[in-house]
Amino acid sequence: MVFLQYLISGISIGSIYAIIALGYTMVYGIAKMLNFAHGDVIMVGGYISFCTTSYLGLPGWVSVVFAVAVCTVLGVVIEGLAYRPLRQAGSLAVLITAIGVSYLLQNAAQLIWGATPKNFTSLVNFAVPEFLSRLNVSGVMLVTVVACIVIMLGLTWFTSRTKLGKAMRACSEDRGAAQLMGINVNRTISMTFAIGSALAAIAGVLLCSYSPVLQPTTGSMPGIKAFTAAVFGGIGSIPGAFLGGVLLGIIEAMARAYLSTNLANSIVFAVLIIVLLVRPAGLLGKYVPEKV
Amino acid sequence: MLKVNDINVYYGAIHAIKGVSFEVQAGEVVTLIGANGAGKSTILNTVSGLLHPKTGSIEFLGKSLTGVPAHKIVARGLAQVPEGRRIFLQMTVEENLEMGAFTQPNSTVDPGIQRVYEQFPRLKERRRQIAGTLSGGEQQMLAMGRALMADPKLLMLDEPSMGLAPILVDQIFEIIERLHQAGTTILLVEQNAQMALSVADRGYVLETGKIVATGTGQELLNNEAVKQAYLGG
Repeated sequence: MVFLQYLISGISIGSIYAIIALGYTMVYGIAKMLNFAHGDVIMVGGYISFCTTSYLGLPGWVSVVFAVAVCTVLGVVIEGLAYRPLRQAGSLAVLITAIGVSYLLQNAAQLIWGATPKNFTSLVNFAVPEFLSRLNVSGVMLVTVVACIVIMLGLTWFTSRTKLGKAMRACSEDRGAAQLMGINVNRTISMTFAIGSALAAIAGVLLCSYSPVLQPTTGSMPGIKAFTAAVFGGIGSIPGAFLGGVLLGIIEAMARAYLSTNLANSIVFAVLIIVLLVRPAGLLGKYVPEKV
Repeated sequence: MLKVNDINVYYGAIHAIKGVSFEVQAGEVVTLIGANGAGKSTILNTVSGLLHPKTGSIEFLGKSLTGVPAHKIVARGLAQVPEGRRIFLQMTVEENLEMGAFTQPNSTVDPGIQRVYEQFPRLKERRRQIAGTLSGGEQQMLAMGRALMADPKLLMLDEPSMGLAPILVDQIFEIIERLHQAGTTILLVEQNAQMALSVADRGYVLETGKIVATGTGQELLNNEAVKQAYLGG
């Protein structure tokens, strides 16, 4: 029974990691860059939701729509201003820029909202059926897991069935060839950032509903863990990010419960190192045969 | 149809294309031949808008292509089969064809795919397969089919025979002839000068970024200097 509770808690926190990891993996898969500012977009999403509910007194779902809208625009603006000019530059320059954007967002948030943590009121507070509450399953957990699965399936459908999704995959493989097909690569990458940032906003609201302390650094640790999850599952792979996120959550919950609360994070990263030693491309990372 | 007028293209400080001019008329097969590094692909990529000339102009169907981004040039009816094929290896055969029709209205995609399958029955057999698993010849067919999906008025082929077995090279050139007879205008870049000149109406010989000879396919095949340099004496 207790084990089951740990497992469920692991799956639900893992689902949050998975939603963040899906954003990471989309952007990496298509733009071929690690957007280390992704975690901080989550934090912005949290603050926007907080402001809409606490200051404007609007209902929770409106605040989610607001957060998604603001983060989507933010993602597109970040890409256009910071990353697009570096399209031809080395990956190191882009990486450093991403870290810079991350600090910029954190410090901007501190200027606007102050360093004192805000107390986020959970947006999800419906009662769950009794058999679930006996397992310590809360409404947030339920919503998180469902949202994560829906998002994963939605993204899989989007990239495999829609014209824009396929164009994204084409850009991911060969930008030059994609341009020769008439695909506007800049716009496609912009759209990828829009999707990734919208996901970050959703993750932000869920994260803050889960652990209600909101401060400018709120996004950092979940961001790093979700990045780990994306690599763990095979970066660039949508099911990989999902699997990586959920597994990471479970490993963390188990390590915290049975080994050591203090060492839980270290154990998570140690598992990542071991997995990468055995499978360098991650769990579901693709090995692509190439004919010349 | 296509008019390239005195273009100069640079890679950084390297002057790759030095004052090249040529023309392609509607319905023609025109070939650019030349050794490795002569600048053939550079010219095609400049026409396609992936590279930009420092000076000179390119006109297609009477309109300037200067400053037009690559992704808009396709929509004007100019498609390229790039060197090394560059199909999307992780996508299926059919998805590759769909990408070729990216600029086309959705309603024309399926009929377009059917037309390509008629031309290349092999691709139909492998429609659900991941393109990376195709053989070299099949990949070349896919690259050509993909370009045809854009319903181009001018099709540019960059080294379609590269890396293929002789029997496949023959097949590819048969397809080029067939496309020509069906009325497609073709600009063909080749190292295989013999084959290229035998299907071409006209040809241009390129050497280190300059055009050094021009004439009909037959004239160039009989040209002593061309024979010496490209046709093995």
